[in-house]
Amino acid sequence: MGILSQTIVPADAWAGFKGDKWRDAVDVRDFIQNNYKPYEADGAFLAGPTPRTLKVWETLGVLLAEERKKGVLDVSADRASSITAHDAGYIAKDIELIVGLQTDAPLKRAIMPNGGLRMVENGLEAFGFKLDPSVHEVWTKYRKSHNQGIFDVYSPEILAARKSGVITGLPDAYGRGRIIGDYRRVALYGTDALRAFRLKDFRAIENEVFNDDVMRLREEMSEQYRALDELKEMAAKYGYDVSRPATNAREAIQWTYFAYLAAVKEQNGAAMSLGRVSTFLDIYIQRDIDAGVLTEEQAQELIDDMIIKLRIVRFLRTPEYDQLFSGDPTWVTESIGGVGEDGRPLVTKSSFRFLHTLYNLGPAPEPNLTVLWSTKLPDGFKTFCAKVSADTSAIQYENDDLMRPKWGDDYGIACCVSAMRIGKQMQFFGARSNLAKALLYAINGGVDEKSGAVVAKGFEPITGDVLDYDEVMAKFDKMMDWLAQTYVKALNTVHYMHDKYAYERIEMALHDRDILRTMACGIAGLSVAADSLSAIKHAKVKVIRNEAGLAVDYKIEGTYPAYGNNDDSVDSIAVWLTETFMKKIAAQPYFYRNSMPTQSVLTITSNVVYGKKTGNTPDGRRAGEPFAPGANPMNGRDTKGFVAAGASVAKIPYDAALDGISWTASATPDSLGRTDEERARNLANCLDAYSAAGGFHVNVNVFNRDTLVHAMDHPELYPQLTVRVSGYAVNFVKLTREQQLDVISRTFHSKM
Amino acid sequence: MDIHRAIIRPPKAHAPAGTHSSTDFGYLHSVESGAAVDGPGMRFVFFMAGCLFRCVYCHNPDTWKLHNGRKITVDDAVAEIKPYAGFLRMAGGVTISGGEPLMQAPFVGEMFKRFKSELGLHTALDTQGYLHASMDDEWFDNVDLVLLDIKHSDPEVYQRLTAQPLQPTLDFAYRLQRLQKPIWLRYVFVPGWTDGHDDIARLADFVAGLGSIVERVEVLPFHQMGTQKWAQLGMDYPLAGAPTPTPEATAAARSIFAERGLTVF
Repeated sequence: MGILSQTIVPADAWAGFKGDKWRDAVDVRDFIQNNYKPYEADGAFLAGPTPRTLKVWETLGVLLAEERKKGVLDVSADRASSITAHDAGYIAKDIELIVGLQTDAPLKRAIMPNGGLRMVENGLEAFGFKLDPSVHEVWTKYRKSHNQGIFDVYSPEILAARKSGVITGLPDAYGRGRIIGDYRRVALYGTDALRAFRLKDFRAIENEVFNDDVMRLREEMSEQYRALDELKEMAAKYGYDVSRPATNAREAIQWTYFAYLAAVKEQNGAAMSLGRVSTFLDIYIQRDIDAGVLTEEQAQELIDDMIIKLRIVRFLRTPEYDQLFSGDPTWVTESIGGVGEDGRPLVTKSSFRFLHTLYNLGPAPEPNLTVLWSTKLPDGFKTFCAKVSADTSAIQYENDDLMRPKWGDDYGIACCVSAMRIGKQMQFFGARSNLAKALLYAINGGVDEKSGAVVAKGFEPITGDVLDYDEVMAKFDKMMDWLAQTYVKALNTVHYMHDKYAYERIEMALHDRDILRTMACGIAGLSVAADSLSAIKHAKVKVIRNEAGLAVDYKIEGTYPAYGNNDDSVDSIAVWLTETFMKKIAAQPYFYRNSMPTQSVLTITSNVVYGKKTGNTPDGRRAGEPFAPGANPMNGRDTKGFVAAGASVAKIPYDAALDGISWTASATPDSLGRTDEERARNLANCLDAYSAAGGFHVNVNVFNRDTLVHAMDHPELYPQLTVRVSGYAVNFVKLTREQQLDVISRTFHSKM
Repeated sequence: MDIHRAIIRPPKAHAPAGTHSSTDFGYLHSVESGAAVDGPGMRFVFFMAGCLFRCVYCHNPDTWKLHNGRKITVDDAVAEIKPYAGFLRMAGGVTISGGEPLMQAPFVGEMFKRFKSELGLHTALDTQGYLHASMDDEWFDNVDLVLLDIKHSDPEVYQRLTAQPLQPTLDFAYRLQRLQKPIWLRYVFVPGWTDGHDDIARLADFVAGLGSIVERVEVLPFHQMGTQKWAQLGMDYPLAGAPTPTPEATAAARSIFAERGLTVF
């Protein structure tokens, strides 16, 4: 028997639970494996929303409408946020089942200057709010921010690359996010036990040599158990004692949510994902249902109430940030389903209940519901998911059969496509570098095609009038070396400073002491670069130079095969690009904290911004035109329909992009089948085929073009219209007009 | 504009003289790898080039000319679909559409034969049937389903609408009945052209009379997505600006078929 069961656990907290390992050490996976009940049938058991649920949602609806009008409803600009900075806040105190808000009122945003004071000040100014002078004083006179630390270190070359956009979106002025605390631990063990475990870890290294690593770790651990105490204090403001384990379903949901809430009170991370909680919570729900103290309707009500909270997580951000990541996303990603290492599906009734919130409360972009798809999932769940997709366009799919061998069966998705073992792994988020622009740099010898500035020094331009494939490839290879080197230097700086000045105390308190860190690099412009190289190889591309001798445009004679048609003569170029850039990243001499280099093919919505920053490209794309999102083929070039397009995307090897490969597919309802049943079956079959072919991720959008066009002009009629963009979902009406047009102009696979 | 006054010129070469009789190669307009409403389940669709009809509401006039298509062999066609064969066996099958695939009946017949024997796919033929008489019964052995497009029940209007006579299509339907070949009947519902109640009722009677081989009827509301293609081809679109049917009108048309015990979508 461990210390927990002897001294801390109330008699009934773990009553009826099986297994031992998880009792003596923190091991949530072991608890799940020993206690969850797979559910293999369909969604017929699900309950609709109760009047209470609808009342809470409607109360909030008024505020949401006001927020849509103003952009930001309110800000707590009087204090820097922390786990305990604000008093308890409620939507409708008397009827809420699950409680807790980031500040003392719903949709009132907090400020978190540790990430960077300028971001806070610009954000406030953009929405007409004013910072309390004392906060300004503290973060200018006494306290340094993450952002300041980074700019003390950056080299001129990094600054130039950042300015030109060949490297973009670095988390150097905002929180890096993409760390998932194991929020379930608070429900299973309570904060006191977690604190005791951490203290044991802390003492275990007190006799080591105190080098940089050990001292940093010990300081971090001290911060971690301080944060656990603050979490306890925060919960107490709502009248709950989370120092002990949860004893029933409602407490398990409440405790888990409180732990997550502490994280979003403390950090304004780019993505603040929830993890993989539904099957864990199902164990508590099932126990209460079996004991006759909870009905299906009540179980759904609890889930609905938690989801309502997750839908209103907010951060204060700047207009520039919103351009990059539009629609005010928070990436409260919850991973659902998947299959266990023993072959049993990890689908429970609560997997259905989570997805069912999209009906009970209507569609919404957050939480970012992510189905871990396996061809071995039960049919009932597959068709249910497909139906939800066809009805709401609010869920994304990621290939569990690819991820399970790498990360086991208790990983979650952070942000869009980043898999990590929950509580055992984190990533250093690295945004992305622009491969299409790097190709232009190869042609122009490091000179930026838009500004004319020298960004990469020491390169010779191509001088011929017709691009020669071998010459371009040789120069591009060297340019990618430069890019990888500059990029990794920047990322090491960012994460060194983030740990130092904006450390994620509570999130890391809910990790093991020793964890795997990945350095998550990324590429944008894959299809533009692949098509450009295909044009150079298979057609004739003439260079058009301006008076300064800079290549600014290209003329294509003949035709070339485009990526996205399942044609190996070009798809192999996309594969080569992905593998080659990964090798160049991995070849760098140093990765902060011994992190493991990975990369993603993901653009979020910044494909629009990347396009703006990139001149004419040899594939015929015009300057300023958006890139395709993620690993998508360029708009309109995938002429053989989405199955062929998916087959091309599925060729990008996961081994060379372990941080994920994103594909966004859209279809009209009419093109997927004549009936709901047909649509669900067809879509489920497509997902199976895509997974079996090795496809990693897909956003499924099902809507009519006319709906989107109408919503652009009448946003008030479509408050909940949800559209999946690269790796997350947005309220369509919250996108900028430019992004709305980009979404609309993407291929609609509605051929008749 | 008065759509009835639009002048539709029939193609110069009449069938079967203008058809393509080689089995060595054919003309392909395009393919679609992810269609879900052209037969059961997910379909890989070959849109063959060439059509002898000149339907006023055609949404793919770019498929009219045979030689506008890409020249392919049957091996090419097999290679094109082969990567998806496993998926299609599980999820649906292959549909050959057009244009009018029977313009290249010998070639299309070879395609069906290979798709069936080598890949084991469910096969569907999307046609208006006008050219069926030139093929023998065996030709249909490798066709599991016919998506039969009957554009109107009145011979005169049919001629005006398509620039060809109706009777061969009706004969084809009877032939499919004799062969006991399943049919999905398709009817494009165009305001002002094909929305007459009595005309639809006459067609519905005919279709119901074919018996159990008619597995479903699909009433396809006219849409304006073809407009751009007419413009790109430099042709005047007879239905430019024509209204699309209301959901209520489409539902009413469907009920005419449903009243006769047919399964309608």
